[in-house]
Amino acid sequence: MQVDDGHLTLEHVAKRFPGGLLALEDVSLHVAAGEFVSLLGPSGCGKSTVLRLVAGLEAPSSGGVDAPALRQAGSARTAFVFQEPTLMPWATVFDNVYLPLRLAGRTREEAAGPVRDVLARVGLGEFARAFPAELSGGMRMRASIARALVTEPRVVLLDEPFAALDEVTRQRLNLDLLAWWARRPLSVLFVTHSVFEAAFLSQRVLVMGARPGHIFKEVRIEEPYPRDASFRGSSSYQQTCRELSAAIEAVQLEAPA
Amino acid sequence: MRLLPWLAFAGLLLGWELLVRGMGIPPYTLPAPSLVAQTLWTNFPSLATSWWFTLKITFGALALACAGGVLIAAAFALWRPLEVALFPVAVMLQVTPLVAIAPLILIYVESTTAALLLCAWVVAFFPILSNTVLGLRAADPNLRDLFRLYGATRWQRLRLLLVPSALPYFIGGLKISGGLSLIGAVTAEMVAGVAGRETGLASRILEASFRTETPKMFAALTLLVITGVLIFWFFGALSRRLLGRWHASAIP
Repeated sequence: MQVDDGHLTLEHVAKRFPGGLLALEDVSLHVAAGEFVSLLGPSGCGKSTVLRLVAGLEAPSSGGVDAPALRQAGSARTAFVFQEPTLMPWATVFDNVYLPLRLAGRTREEAAGPVRDVLARVGLGEFARAFPAELSGGMRMRASIARALVTEPRVVLLDEPFAALDEVTRQRLNLDLLAWWARRPLSVLFVTHSVFEAAFLSQRVLVMGARPGHIFKEVRIEEPYPRDASFRGSSSYQQTCRELSAAIEAVQLEAPA
Repeated sequence: MRLLPWLAFAGLLLGWELLVRGMGIPPYTLPAPSLVAQTLWTNFPSLATSWWFTLKITFGALALACAGGVLIAAAFALWRPLEVALFPVAVMLQVTPLVAIAPLILIYVESTTAALLLCAWVVAFFPILSNTVLGLRAADPNLRDLFRLYGATRWQRLRLLLVPSALPYFIGGLKISGGLSLIGAVTAEMVAGVAGRETGLASRILEASFRTETPKMFAALTLLVITGVLIFWFFGALSRRLLGRWHASAIP
């Protein structure tokens, strides 16, 4: 029986850094198992801090974080994708993708099947033996996502993963990301500063404001999946983009706390 | 294009030869390259013994510098207070000119060979230490987070993340230390003078200078230069071999 361990909850979370900076104040959010949620906001609003709290890389100063997928020992049910590909430059694509399984104690022989499968899925089947320096930016990002997916995670956290890529590559990866997400029960928390990306991908968008970081507005997107490139031409997509842009503008006019 | 350095070198030797012959400079002032080569050839058996001795000191000191530098760097990385406490001592050791402390080392250390090793080690170990310390800290913070997220053990983190991240820095230190250990060995021999049963190339240079055997000085010097160039070339090749496909410093 499948345990429902894919949800994420933050309850009245505040985060103050050792320097005294209050990064987040009273942030509550819930991502249901299998849901695709984006965090949208200007830079410096604490989006990344939310992700790091959910991943257990930071502890909250107050409030509660509930991420059951993180607590399962040794099974790597939570994956993190950074803005940079963050590959080990000294290791081949295969070895980079093998890393999470290796850290969990799986041998190379045991891992070879899953690693080859996930590489094929992200379109890097032929590049297993290449080094990161030999790949394009988009291919490196694919390798990074393959590494995140190789453990069959329940939760994937993405921190502006495509921000450094060109528009064409970014749109392809957005489509692929939706395809990967649709294949399995996977919860996604996606951090972005792009209104268009958030509107295209998500079921729900949480717009964040800064100083200190807080959740300003929630926007639901009812459009069903699968969504393809034609979705970008639809009036509901454009309506969502307008709504999100307005929210971003409003949040920047807020008086600083 | 690849021949250019060789052509330049050949031209330099030729110019030197012509200068000496044309101006009739006596061999005790400046021997022609042909005479240096001839002296090297006829004295090779005795020079080779000294060469071997200098090589032993150089590579012995370099090996000890690697071991010492890496171990101390690892200890520093594991326990930061140790680094704060001892790094200044390492710096002092590094900035003190070797010729100034070599006489003391020669007094305190009974065996000449051990004293020479210690002298060469003092100059060779610092670049390896400081570079390795830097390298162990240079691991990508995001990769560190990733290792944490996946619950890596300390040993996994060291072996799979810290050591590979530090490798290019360590190799950089090794390249510098390779040359320095030769310089250290020669300097120490110079200070030690011609004493002792076994002597290296520097002692032979001193000895020849006392007798105004200038061609022999050049012959010994030639062997030192060859050694230095070979060390430089060897570590360059090693760096390309180890870092070749992934590190920017070695990608052609």
